[in-house]
Amino acid sequence: MKIVLCVKQVPDTSDIKWTENNTIQREGLESIINPYDVYAFESVLRLKKKYEDVTITALTMGPKQAEGMLRKLLAVGADDAVLLSDKKFAGADTYATGKTIAAAINSKFPDYDLIVCGQFAIDGDTAQTGPSIANFLDIPQVTYVKEIIEYSESCLTVLREIDDCIERVKVKLPALICVLQGDFEPSRASINGIIRAQKAVIPVYGIDDTGLEPEDAGLKGSPTYVNKAFRAPQKDVECVYTDSCTELADAIKCCGGLNE
Amino acid sequence: MSKGILIYSEITSADYVHTVVFELSNKAVELAEKLENSPVMALLLVKPDLINEFKEAFQKSGFDKVFYVVDERFGAYSTDLFAKAAIQAVKQIDPEIMLIGATCQGRDLAPRISTALHTGLTADCTGLDILDNGKLAATRPTFGGQLMATILCKNLPQMATVRPKVFKPAREDILRDTTFIKLSVDLSGYEPKTEILEQTKKFVSEINNLDSADIIVAGGKGMKNAEGFELLKRLADKLGGTVGASRTAVEMGLASPDIQVGQTGKTVNPKLYIACGISGALQHTIGMKNSAKIIGINTDKNAPIFDICDYGMVGDAFEIIPKLLDALDQR
Repeated sequence: MKIVLCVKQVPDTSDIKWTENNTIQREGLESIINPYDVYAFESVLRLKKKYEDVTITALTMGPKQAEGMLRKLLAVGADDAVLLSDKKFAGADTYATGKTIAAAINSKFPDYDLIVCGQFAIDGDTAQTGPSIANFLDIPQVTYVKEIIEYSESCLTVLREIDDCIERVKVKLPALICVLQGDFEPSRASINGIIRAQKAVIPVYGIDDTGLEPEDAGLKGSPTYVNKAFRAPQKDVECVYTDSCTELADAIKCCGGLNE
Repeated sequence: MSKGILIYSEITSADYVHTVVFELSNKAVELAEKLENSPVMALLLVKPDLINEFKEAFQKSGFDKVFYVVDERFGAYSTDLFAKAAIQAVKQIDPEIMLIGATCQGRDLAPRISTALHTGLTADCTGLDILDNGKLAATRPTFGGQLMATILCKNLPQMATVRPKVFKPAREDILRDTTFIKLSVDLSGYEPKTEILEQTKKFVSEINNLDSADIIVAGGKGMKNAEGFELLKRLADKLGGTVGASRTAVEMGLASPDIQVGQTGKTVNPKLYIACGISGALQHTIGMKNSAKIIGINTDKNAPIFDICDYGMVGDAFEIIPKLLDALDQR
């Protein structure tokens, strides 16, 4: 089974600093692998351990620096990695991103069986790119996947967790799945893995490798654009502090707690 | 006159129209006034026997037109089938704007529709407005909730998803002389590629009622361990409320992702939100700052949570909550 794992490098949103003009200070902002993609990666590593002939190709679209993240995935257990990087990809919204990744997969990995994404990315949190890739490739998708159960006869069985129920879903491959947060410890790199990752050649594909025209990609190929960006407004209240639990209990009561 | 605002009307697995539909219609009625009274419309994919049951709800929620497609198979959601039907229906209706609730189903379906229609989709909007030129301005949090971005779309329909509880349903009925229009779509040649082998309803105790709770007692990193969350549970039980958690608490394994409040969790607006050991990262506060009243308990007097609190107590929740329970007992 050939798996393409789509990952994203995101800014560490827990550590954002502001400039005087209320814009995000980009310098010094740490980049990390999107936490949900770590779970996606773990679920395919488990598949690889369980079944023979599973290969994992990690794919990301981003700046050249994203190569570092790909090398880490190689050290932990991905077989190959590719970087989609081109100035013409810059400024892509989810539609253009989905189109670019789908085109790259079609042209470079046409014999894929499974595409795996994280359910959300913590920077944009749109949960859209996965389904968008699936639509461009005209393959089925299963979102909110909690666990991959079984792979047999070109079908994958997964557990899907949605609002009020858990579904066991069987999907015919090729397909795309979006993986939720799981309960596992992330795997660690082995010494051999690290050595292999250092030596690995990571191909960088640009727009010509995808077969897209410049107007299909990046900002030009994006139907949406940011009209303005501003710092989230703060709630304007004055906090009344207390150091007495009795007063706090009164406050709770007056806020609607303890209604008889 | 504009071509109108279309709202995807999700039917839940329990066969009722999802409440987010009426939150969206209330907002759409307001937006439609700025669009020279363009029609507010619904799209329903529904089992044949159900449509009549829903008519009254649409007539009193501001809908001018309800387009519906019937098929026996619409009783259970599947991406392929619903996308195939919805894409064809939306092409026929040809709306200016399309709004979808950011539920599990909405988030699964919306990007398939927008991609197929080669248009943009702005996810999880917290504000919608119409600009002077008639364009939809969709505002959403980004960068972990710290930055707000207003996004426009070049193509039609301009699509957006909105989480439940972000907008309020109308306080009073908005009566309309609603027209119901049956659409036909071609589902021949549809072969299911996914199959639901088994569906297990979560036990009621496992379903969080964050959405409907009047009181939420939430914990963050400062609640440290299982005993910490047990304390929150006791306080919540005492107040007739329910327990919520920050992303950090979920990542530490203290709480289930189901009860996570914040940008990657749920948006809530209870009457009272008690934040214990939560520092107040915007990622979290974006999901709860619209609570009517907020009380914070934190050891750090400079924690940003206090910026949005009505009442605050500086100290260790492990010491405060037991005393608070005693004090509440005497009430």
